[in-house]
Amino acid sequence: MIEVGTAIPSHEFEINRTLLKQYADASGDQNPIHQDEAFAKSVGLPDVIAHGMLTMALAGKYISDWAGGPQNVKEFSARFTKPVIVPAGKSVDLTVSATVLEVTTTGVRLEISATSQGVKVLGMAKAFVVQGV
Amino acid sequence: MLNPDSVGRTFAGVDVITVTQDEINSFAAVIGEKNTAVAPPTFSIKISLREFESILTKPDIGLDWTRLVHGDQKFEIFRPIVAGDSLTTSATIESYKVAAGNEIVTVRSDLFNGAEKVISSWSTLVVRA
Repeated sequence: MIEVGTAIPSHEFEINRTLLKQYADASGDQNPIHQDEAFAKSVGLPDVIAHGMLTMALAGKYISDWAGGPQNVKEFSARFTKPVIVPAGKSVDLTVSATVLEVTTTGVRLEISATSQGVKVLGMAKAFVVQGV
Repeated sequence: MLNPDSVGRTFAGVDVITVTQDEINSFAAVIGEKNTAVAPPTFSIKISLREFESILTKPDIGLDWTRLVHGDQKFEIFRPIVAGDSLTTSATIESYKVAAGNEIVTVRSDLFNGAEKVISSWSTLVVRA
């Protein structure tokens, strides 16, 4: 039963430098702050950071899975509140969960939470999905 | 600095962008999506960001792309992108302000397949002081 307040089980993605390179190639966003540690630090960042849009793409996968496929996601929005910091040689988590905000005749509105290393990385994250579940 | 006279202007993309199954597969692979019959929900950012860069960095618009971070993002997906779509684009500079020295610009991207609107998206981009 899906109703307002229903919590959707969380999922943990892993993000590492290899994934950042893969996303850079797939998306065309080759900004060096996502690949080059020396460059990232030279512009005042603590380390290499993930593309905000990679974080959002992974959250989108989480929503797609719940909704029964990527074709069921109709609206999706998020604010990039803090960067996902990705040190060399290790993977960090992206932990995504959601709750049902609204149930309409056509679909379900979700509020999404995404954290990495305990820090909230997406704010105001919402999606509207048609019910393919 | 962005030329404030550019706010409200809409720019039609010059190219028709044909989406290939290969690029959908590559994008889906990054996020572990097995269903590649349609593009993932955020796939269109690949097209829109490239479009925004070419428009906003024109000399008469003047945004500094090298100091850019992504503030927020919204998608309205009328139907998912599929391989073989031939997309035309338009980009509109919707708003612009300067806060604490940071430039904050919101740009809308509309993607069409022929006369059919496929996706509208809004990107808030921040040029750090």
